[in-house]
Amino acid sequence: MPEQLLYAVEVTLNGLMAGVLYSLVALGFVLIFKASGIFNYAQGVMALFAALTLVGIMNGQVPFAHLINAIFGTEVHHFGWHVPAVLAIVLTMVVMVGFAWVVNHFVLRHLVNQEPIILFMATIGLAYFLEGFGDLMWGSDIKKLEVGLPQGGSFWIEENTQWLGFGNENFYGFFLDRLDLVATVIAAILVIGLVAFSQYTKQGRALRAVADDHQAALSVGISLNFIWVLVWSLAGFVALVAGIMWGAKSGVQFSLSLIALKALPVLMLGGFTSIPGAIVGGLIIGVGEKLFEFSIGPLVGGATENWFAYVLALVFLVFRPQGLFGEKIIERV
Amino acid sequence: MKDNVESYVTEDGRTIGGLLMEMKSITLRFGGVVAIKDISFDIREGEIRAIIGPNGAGKSSMLNVISGFYRPQEGEVWFRGKPRPSMKPYQVARQGIARTFQNIALFEGMTVLDNVMTGRLTHMKAGLASQALWRGAAEREETENREKVEKIIDFLEIQAIRKTPVGRLPYGLKKRVELARALAAEPMLLLLDEPMAGMNVEEKEDMSRFILDVNDEFGTTIALIEHDMGVVMDLSDRVVVMDYGRKIGDGTPDEVRGNQDVIDAYLGVSHD
Ligand SMILES: Nc1ncnc2c1ncn2[C@@H]1O[C@H](COP(=O)(O)OP(=O)(O)O)[C@@H](O)[C@H]1O
Ligand SMILES: [Mg+2]
Repeated sequence: MPEQLLYAVEVTLNGLMAGVLYSLVALGFVLIFKASGIFNYAQGVMALFAALTLVGIMNGQVPFAHLINAIFGTEVHHFGWHVPAVLAIVLTMVVMVGFAWVVNHFVLRHLVNQEPIILFMATIGLAYFLEGFGDLMWGSDIKKLEVGLPQGGSFWIEENTQWLGFGNENFYGFFLDRLDLVATVIAAILVIGLVAFSQYTKQGRALRAVADDHQAALSVGISLNFIWVLVWSLAGFVALVAGIMWGAKSGVQFSLSLIALKALPVLMLGGFTSIPGAIVGGLIIGVGEKLFEFSIGPLVGGATENWFAYVLALVFLVFRPQGLFGEKIIERV
Repeated sequence: MKDNVESYVTEDGRTIGGLLMEMKSITLRFGGVVAIKDISFDIREGEIRAIIGPNGAGKSSMLNVISGFYRPQEGEVWFRGKPRPSMKPYQVARQGIARTFQNIALFEGMTVLDNVMTGRLTHMKAGLASQALWRGAAEREETENREKVEKIIDFLEIQAIRKTPVGRLPYGLKKRVELARALAAEPMLLLLDEPMAGMNVEEKEDMSRFILDVNDEFGTTIALIEHDMGVVMDLSDRVVVMDYGRKIGDGTPDEVRGNQDVIDAYLGVSHD
């Protein structure tokens, strides 16, 4: 194989893996949008908050340490213990469910039947509140997240793909980050789990019912409040997984909340209501932006990854506004 | 008309029992519009109770009050001899009151079977954890529910479309699927909002037969709204007549037919 092609393949593979993360964040959006028609601007911040909470719990950080110390003149920062990753993940999930309940109880419950734009504004408020709250609770310094996920390149893949170069001395085999590989596997399990949940459990059936028709759902005895808490908890879980992946890769920092913005073009591509759309859309954006940067980037001075996704989404939007798999948008009257 | 609440047996051999539902001085307003003006009536166990009246009379509003979708400003709803606290629609459904909608509210993206299965949700007990950890119990429950649902599907003669997405069905069949879903809940009280509207003659006859059979075979109490006097006379044991939010008649079909207010109200409007 010619060298350029091999590199292009490697870029594509890496793009796929980057795309997995976009898919995960987009998935969180889709869950909430499908069930309630709310575009949850806070999804990215939820990923950040989940990751912050996870690190905080693992390191035995005292929550609101700054606040406590300022008020009581104390100097507490750490409990002095370390919590194992698995337990910390479970505890973080409890926090995310609590967050879902709070959001529903204090915000969404009071906004039923409001215009979508009002709900959207509410989630913007929520995003900034949660960002500040996370900061207050866990501090704003960049944190390392080590949950025991493998780091570095996969030598196995590198060695076993070297032959593809057919003697080409410059080709050492494909370089794939092991963390990316794990992320891909976990994302796949997550998606399968979500699909199984929605297809084979009572709550999943109720969730699908609500996503389809609120009135009908009420008439068969489904509590909408319960479903809202459930979908926000699921979105919180997806946010936690995305937060772990991103945090393990680049550290837990506030830029994490910005990946939410990358989910936007993914959603435009995949459609706001389609789970397969979120997955495929994420992969297309991931691969697209890496390949574009690889092939066109050098000609235009690089940094195309900042805008490529949005332009691609715009082009897509013009030709297929409902996205790849999205249902045609017909206003109910 | 039987005013006492002792049970009695109808000419066709069905037993009508005590009071299941009592509406006491219900008033419902939407801003300046008074949809229901101080209306009282009751529904007895085992009967088919019709609510009729011209368009905009407040019939759907009344059904929505019973099913908890609307909250009246005044009056009380009594259920099985006790005043019912203010309830959300899902709580009413869990009490054993199922309904259909005038404008059909189905899960368009699901198959007929899945739609009818959602009617069983109030009967499914397995918790989330047990469903994940111990599939055995959940599967047994699912099988039991499936069997009940299949019986209802057979009963309403919609076997042929079991796996069809509801969105693709014609109007008449959608109405029947909606009835199937309501029946799947094995309700004590079944509320039907214009079950025959928009149907052709044959479909209307089928639907009438199903309604009578449901009442006869399962003993389900039914309150239905119908526009068409003729259909109502054939189906119902007792009729409430509404006009402009007021109750203008209440009694057996024959009593109601002879009521001058009712005749006036019906002559005053054009209907099919
Ligand atoms: N959700 C609502 N909001 C405002 N007005 C309503 C609502 N539902 C019903 N109404 C009004 O209440 C009156 C009775 O309507 P409805 O109960 O639908 O009558 P019917 O079913 O007998 O045709 C009408 O004037 C209608 O416009
Ligand atoms: Mg009506």
